[in-house]
Amino acid sequence: MNSNLVSGQDKNGVAGWRGLRHALHHPLARPLGALAVLLLIDFFMIPGFFRIELKDGHLYGSVIDIVNRAAPLMLAALGMTLVIATRGIDISVGAVVAISGTVAAMLIGGTMVMNNGVQEYASNIPMGWAIAAAMGAAILCGAWNGLLVATLGLQPIIATLILMVAGRGLAQLMTDGQIITVYYKPFFYIGSGYLFGLPFSLFIVAGMFIVLALLMRKTALGLFIQSVGINPVASRLAGIRTAALIFFVYIFCSACAGMAGLMISANIKSADANNAGLLLELDAILAVTLGGTSLAGGKFSLVGSVIGALIIQALTYTIYSLGVPPEVNMVVKSVVVFLVCLSQSPEFRRLRLFKSGNQV
Amino acid sequence: MKNFRSLLATPYFTSLVTVALLVVLFAMGSVAYDGFFSAQVVLNLLIDNAFLLVIGIGMTFVILSGGIDLSVGSVLALTTMISAYLLHAWHWHPLLVIVCVLMLGGLFGAAMGTLIHFFKLQPFIVTLAGMFLARGLCYLISINSITIDDPLYVAMSQTRLELGLGDAFVSPSVVIAVLMLVLAIYLAHFTRFGRAVYAIGGNEHSALLMGLPVGRTKIAIYAFSGFCAALAGVLFSFYMLSGYGLHAQGTELDAIAAVVIGGTLLTGGYGYVAGTLTGVLILGVIQTLIAFDGTLSSWWTKIVIGVLLFVFCLAQRLMSLGAAKASDANTGGAVVKPTAQAA
Amino acid sequence: MSNATRVATSAEPALELIGIHKAFTGVKALTDVGLRLYPGEVHTLMGQNGAGKSTLIKVLTGVYTPDSGRILLKGHAIQPGSTLEAQQLGISTVYQEVNLCPNLSVAENIFIGRYPRKWGGFGPIDWTTMHRRATKLLAKLDLHIDVQKPLSSYPLAIQQMVAISRAVSVSASVLILDEPTSSLDEAEVQLLFKVLRSLRDEGMAILFVTHFLDQTYEISDRITVLRNGVREGEYAASELSRLDLVNKMVGVQIDATAAGNALAANAEITPAARDGEVFLQARGLGRKGALAPQDLDLCAGEVFGLCGLLGSGRTEAARLLFGADKADSGTISIKGEAVKFSTPRDAISAGIGFCSEDRKKEGAILELSVRENIILALQARNGLLHVIPRKRQQQIASDYVKWLGIKTPDIDTPIGSLSGGNQQKALLARWLATDPDMLILDEPTRGIDVRAKQEIMDFVMALCHKGMAILFISSEIPEVLRCSDRMLVLRDREGCGEYLRGELDDASVLQVIAGESAGKSAGKMVGEAV
Repeated sequence: MNSNLVSGQDKNGVAGWRGLRHALHHPLARPLGALAVLLLIDFFMIPGFFRIELKDGHLYGSVIDIVNRAAPLMLAALGMTLVIATRGIDISVGAVVAISGTVAAMLIGGTMVMNNGVQEYASNIPMGWAIAAAMGAAILCGAWNGLLVATLGLQPIIATLILMVAGRGLAQLMTDGQIITVYYKPFFYIGSGYLFGLPFSLFIVAGMFIVLALLMRKTALGLFIQSVGINPVASRLAGIRTAALIFFVYIFCSACAGMAGLMISANIKSADANNAGLLLELDAILAVTLGGTSLAGGKFSLVGSVIGALIIQALTYTIYSLGVPPEVNMVVKSVVVFLVCLSQSPEFRRLRLFKSGNQV
Repeated sequence: MKNFRSLLATPYFTSLVTVALLVVLFAMGSVAYDGFFSAQVVLNLLIDNAFLLVIGIGMTFVILSGGIDLSVGSVLALTTMISAYLLHAWHWHPLLVIVCVLMLGGLFGAAMGTLIHFFKLQPFIVTLAGMFLARGLCYLISINSITIDDPLYVAMSQTRLELGLGDAFVSPSVVIAVLMLVLAIYLAHFTRFGRAVYAIGGNEHSALLMGLPVGRTKIAIYAFSGFCAALAGVLFSFYMLSGYGLHAQGTELDAIAAVVIGGTLLTGGYGYVAGTLTGVLILGVIQTLIAFDGTLSSWWTKIVIGVLLFVFCLAQRLMSLGAAKASDANTGGAVVKPTAQAA
Repeated sequence: MSNATRVATSAEPALELIGIHKAFTGVKALTDVGLRLYPGEVHTLMGQNGAGKSTLIKVLTGVYTPDSGRILLKGHAIQPGSTLEAQQLGISTVYQEVNLCPNLSVAENIFIGRYPRKWGGFGPIDWTTMHRRATKLLAKLDLHIDVQKPLSSYPLAIQQMVAISRAVSVSASVLILDEPTSSLDEAEVQLLFKVLRSLRDEGMAILFVTHFLDQTYEISDRITVLRNGVREGEYAASELSRLDLVNKMVGVQIDATAAGNALAANAEITPAARDGEVFLQARGLGRKGALAPQDLDLCAGEVFGLCGLLGSGRTEAARLLFGADKADSGTISIKGEAVKFSTPRDAISAGIGFCSEDRKKEGAILELSVRENIILALQARNGLLHVIPRKRQQQIASDYVKWLGIKTPDIDTPIGSLSGGNQQKALLARWLATDPDMLILDEPTRGIDVRAKQEIMDFVMALCHKGMAILFISSEIPEVLRCSDRMLVLRDREGCGEYLRGELDDASVLQVIAGESAGKSAGKMVGEAV
């Protein structure tokens, strides 16, 4: 494309410079850069930030903590990415989290039994079934959203608004606004367990990511999703099953939310229909936007969304650790969003680079 | 039959349905519960929801232009917090406080509108960030609630304005809200600004080519919404007599619901400000019905609102599909249709 | 020629462009272009796609600022910085996609931004006065409609009249019409020309941009031709022959006899048709509001044309055959076997391809690359799991780029950066890549320059000879007559007769469409439409 060869420079210097410029234009450059800046701040301001210790066969450390806490958000962001790529949006994610956590908690609960003279908690129904039920509820929610958007043609924001309002109400109705505590130990593993020294939640996220990556690579799903997001009418005429595709992405998004709900519930060892997942949809949308996917649909980046989720979590952690009042978190999040959106806006870039402009 | 068909076709149709629904709901309540059928119950709807009406008015203009404003609830809370702080800590005169927060609300909205217009950012994400920002600023001022005990505010809170129908009364907030509604209707139908809002909602590109000041209008729309949110905050602080960061959680969604139920299309360009009044009243009636019932938990409110929203959106959708089919038959498919966008 | 060239009513041009230069990064859009537009004339601007017509219009209307050169309005230099400024100066433009607001009423669309107001201009909008004035304005154009109804309840032709009426009422001295007739049928075009002539007679200076040769000669007094950003010349319409005009636009000497031979050659393509197998048979296929139940037979190796005015149901018929719309009645069978098309997928797997008329909205996936656009339908037919290997995708894309002569830097460029003609070729490639047994072409050459048009038609004809069944739809009736082996004439969503090649000519086909004997006017069409 442009050859900015400056005469007199040695070959390596020029090639390196060009390579750097090319790297800077990579779509992941900005989110990675933002994350790097955050980690750098943490490195300098928080003593021992990067220290990782091995205790009781588990890895401990701030970094591990951040990644662990970011796991539900990463899941939600992965699901949200596909929905946004099809030019849609799903703001019911938080309500689905509440529903799935509530269903699981109610079905598992934990009644006290005596086992060989030791007090133990048994689950109300086998945990496997409870988890299946919770995921089933989440998938039903996704199917509802998909039905409204794909079959009835409602606008995504309004369709998912309905579930957002009614869904949380439903969860609150089921628990009557009370917090349901879970006593059954094996359930906590999902949220706070460790496998091979690393938090189990990471494996869930990694597993989901690998499944998605394989789907994108080995099937035409990525191409179809982009096509539908950019021009749904033309995609249908080209023979793509647009309705089925849109239906699927909403189900997938809610399934991710359902899993996130189980994680959160397991982490706090209870189900809180009032607060679980509150504002999660906003964080998820933020994560996706930070990762470079445009809200207008089309090209998307799964890796970017994961990085975006990490940025948000790292931000929260940094603010907390620096002793800054946590309320500042919201203000900082909003400023970050403004900056990221501006940097993605071609009008903004034009403003900086060209002083005199034609309005084109 | 012909009359019915033409009734179906008028642009007022969804608004008329909303009014009919309101009447039906109220009738149901009157039949089912003692004491429901009274003027005061109706007026209480207004008293309790005056702030929602004001926010809804601002939201109507935004949605008519094809945009959306998710920050209104947070701006409301911020307004209450700033008011409480100025009154409590700096002892400002209440009128000065009110003027100040109204201006701040307008400026906040204008700032968002500027970002949306000049940098072509999506309203959804900008107002979402604005929502975070306003709420965060709230907490920065104070985590806990700050009580307002200024005499003017207290007077506004407790005054009952007799209407002369028995002992029915309204609060000053209702008067302010109704005045605001009248002003908004005038703006929408009798000023260049209002018509520009409709034009932008119909086809922004055309509006630009026709020489309408699209940029100025869009910024003004969001400024107006911010102003309404601030005014609602003032009314809310009359009502609650405190500034608190947890005020008005989810109010923006209630406002959107009221606007949609009131007959305004989310895609923009179609709808009436007066419809929002009906929408707000319906939300109020539902809450009143549930309160009167006593056995239903308040969680049902959310579910019912969700169901209503669904029904209205479905109806709007089916009607627009029907209209498209009819006009296709007229014109051979060569019709300029508004394009739908994810907000 | 129906108009003798008019002598300009005044010696001074209403609008003059001198030495306009405009370049964008690396591309020279306009080089030393001049234009003289006199009051009381219709002046047509002609040129192929990419010649600089739209850039020139944008300079005139203030969207672009020229790099150098002058614009003189009635002798005074102007520099409009925006469309609004140009309007205020008296230059009004009506575009192809009527740029009005469909949700507002007709009256409001005319008076937007200039509302009559009560109380001396400071009070509320005076709706009654506005409605009254709007009705009067439209009556001047011989249009009598309810101005309070929303604009969207009227057909496109009426909407354009409203746009013109608005332009006129803004007391424009210069009226620019940018491709206004592309979506109008013949009757509507005549109505438009009637209005333009009366405006011209009142002294308006009209700049008309079109690519329709016939219309140019019908309405123009003078013609300016642009080619590659340079002004080829300014001519009186009566002094420029069609052949010379095309010469100037294309820049290649087209031999009169060669052109005639080419036309004759196309006309002599004898159908293998009558012997060709019936590929698709439709019986009683119809949809309420779109098409009355119709029988259709499409045979291999044959071009079947759909002929009729805009709105007669041509695209609707095609969409029914492709499953893009669901039929209310009737059956379709492919090679004797009954099938049901409820989505385009069904038709595609039966071997049908559909090149839509609206390539921007229904064809091109703009941000995706040329390669991705070309293999899209093929991949969709393969399904989710059988991904076409990258190498094969590149092979397919490169092959079609070569065969169709698609001008693109490489196959991974986003299709949105290609010109209209090349986009159309790429979309055609999309369907050809699926190796269809039948191809539906809806307006395949609309908005494309002369040379690309010829290339596309040649390619399609060659495919037909190889055995593909072609359904050809075009609003240029002579084109349909020339290319079809058999054709169905449509009127108002109903078929009114099937004809073989040679049974109809330009004149008799219009009679069939009008459904009456010669002599009665086609003006009745417009009345019905309103």
